[in-house]
Amino acid sequence: MRGRLWGLALYMFVLGFILNLLGIVSHVLVSSLAKRWFGTPLPTAFTTEWFAYAWSNFDLGRVLGVTIFIALAVVVLALILGFPAAYILARRNFRGKPLLLLLYFLPLLIPQMTYGIPLATTMYRYAIGGTVAGVILANLVPMVPLAVFILMPFFEQISMNLEWGAAMMGANRFQVFRRILLPLTVPGLLTAGVLILVNTVSNFELTFLVSGAGSQTLVVALFYNVFAGGVRPVYSVDAMAVMYMTTVMLLLLLALRFVRPTQMVFRLDQPQR
Amino acid sequence: MRRARVGERSELDAMAMVCVLPSLLYVLVMFVYPFLYGIYMSLRPAKLLGFSLANYIVFFTDEWQYRTVWITFGIAVPNTIVVVSFALLLAYGMRRGIWLERTITTILVLPISLGVILLAEGILGFYGARGWFHQILLGLGVLKEPLVLTHNYIGVMLSLFMQQFPFCFLMLLGYVSGIDPSIENSARTLGAGPWTVFYKVMLPLMAPGIAIAFALVFVMSFGVFPSAILLGQPAGATRTIAIAAYQQAFEFYDMSYASAIAVVMGLFQLAGLLVIILLRRRMVMAATMGVGKR
Repeated sequence: MRGRLWGLALYMFVLGFILNLLGIVSHVLVSSLAKRWFGTPLPTAFTTEWFAYAWSNFDLGRVLGVTIFIALAVVVLALILGFPAAYILARRNFRGKPLLLLLYFLPLLIPQMTYGIPLATTMYRYAIGGTVAGVILANLVPMVPLAVFILMPFFEQISMNLEWGAAMMGANRFQVFRRILLPLTVPGLLTAGVLILVNTVSNFELTFLVSGAGSQTLVVALFYNVFAGGVRPVYSVDAMAVMYMTTVMLLLLLALRFVRPTQMVFRLDQPQR
Repeated sequence: MRRARVGERSELDAMAMVCVLPSLLYVLVMFVYPFLYGIYMSLRPAKLLGFSLANYIVFFTDEWQYRTVWITFGIAVPNTIVVVSFALLLAYGMRRGIWLERTITTILVLPISLGVILLAEGILGFYGARGWFHQILLGLGVLKEPLVLTHNYIGVMLSLFMQQFPFCFLMLLGYVSGIDPSIENSARTLGAGPWTVFYKVMLPLMAPGIAIAFALVFVMSFGVFPSAILLGQPAGATRTIAIAAYQQAFEFYDMSYASAIAVVMGLFQLAGLLVIILLRRRMVMAATMGVGKR
């Protein structure tokens, strides 16, 4: 009986949390479609004009283009930089390896506000702060380690025998890479790619600190408009939020084809048996 | 992970170096160097020549500045306790899997992916004076007059909870469901009740995971920035240390002082991270992937 109550309490909590979340998200959705909404359960009249308003007034076509360009560049560069390092870290043993792993772990652990301020200072000093290139470089700081840590277990699953066999048959290093490693790590590259994509699009702090007028991503532009609440009609800000939400949701649907939800957070290892 | 022992032949040949070097250089140039440069800057106040601790002294003697530390603790500590407790209870209850689990975990990923800004905009509307939350509670007669839930401390706590609870829960779920069920079964066979199983058997096994969850959630909450601005009173009750650092850097353009505040913030977070580093033997240094919850 007590077990039942306990189970019921858990479901009630989950239900409460999900209802809360749905309320929050659908409030934005409904508000973006409202002509006027003032203290009634639903708006009295609906309209889609706020989307057109937001699109032209917030220059969203350009912002969206910049966002997609930045996100794709970060994905490609993070994978190129992370792939070889992940291979070595999965295959070789050397002194200082735990230290190296800790170093790669720090940008993921330390909150971005803490290292973002000195990073932004440094970037403005070298005149790359505020540019699209600067935003890409800043976002790569946590994303290169993320790529390394996602790819490592995929390399660990590939049997060494395959590489040895290929080498024995006369394949050189490039051929081993091209014919053995690359095809077998495609699932890992996809997983890492979509997770980096989702993370970059929704990453706020670093982009906020280093972006300038022409290099804002969607989420940073959204922040400025929420912050300046009252300057623009709230419905238009919500319309922008809905466009941001749609972008993230589409990427998330894509991501969930490759990864399980528990893989989207830090993983703690199992206790020793 | 097997560690190379001293004297064992290192497997770091030229090829391996070439592979690791690009990413290592990147982390050194873009992460370590700015960090060190920030510390250096913080010791070179703009108005003085040479090295000085003036920035730190100013920070800790100016009440407007040093009280941000207490404000941040006042947000981070309660938030961490609430988030970890709820996440632990739920993860423990779901350790053997429950009905609709995949759906529930998928929905819980949403707030993580949507990000703080969107949640903030939604919370402003939903919990605002004319939002659905008040309409329902006032309509049902639960409340006599609307509560003030946004643009104050409560708003920040709401948004932090929505953001960090799913994160902490999924992390702990992966950990708890990895504990060998036969341990619990043995305890039950030997006559232990549910409470004894939880307190005497499972809690010690989960302790390292809980400690790490505590540390991670604390460190994340200590850096709270956008939700403290959008949902709090950034000039008053929720002026956190991150806001203080940001203002110095981008409103007063005093990079030296801003760096000093960032260093202070980093030191408090480092204290939280030490827990993780001390426990790192128990932790795979992997951000994702692996066995986890199936």
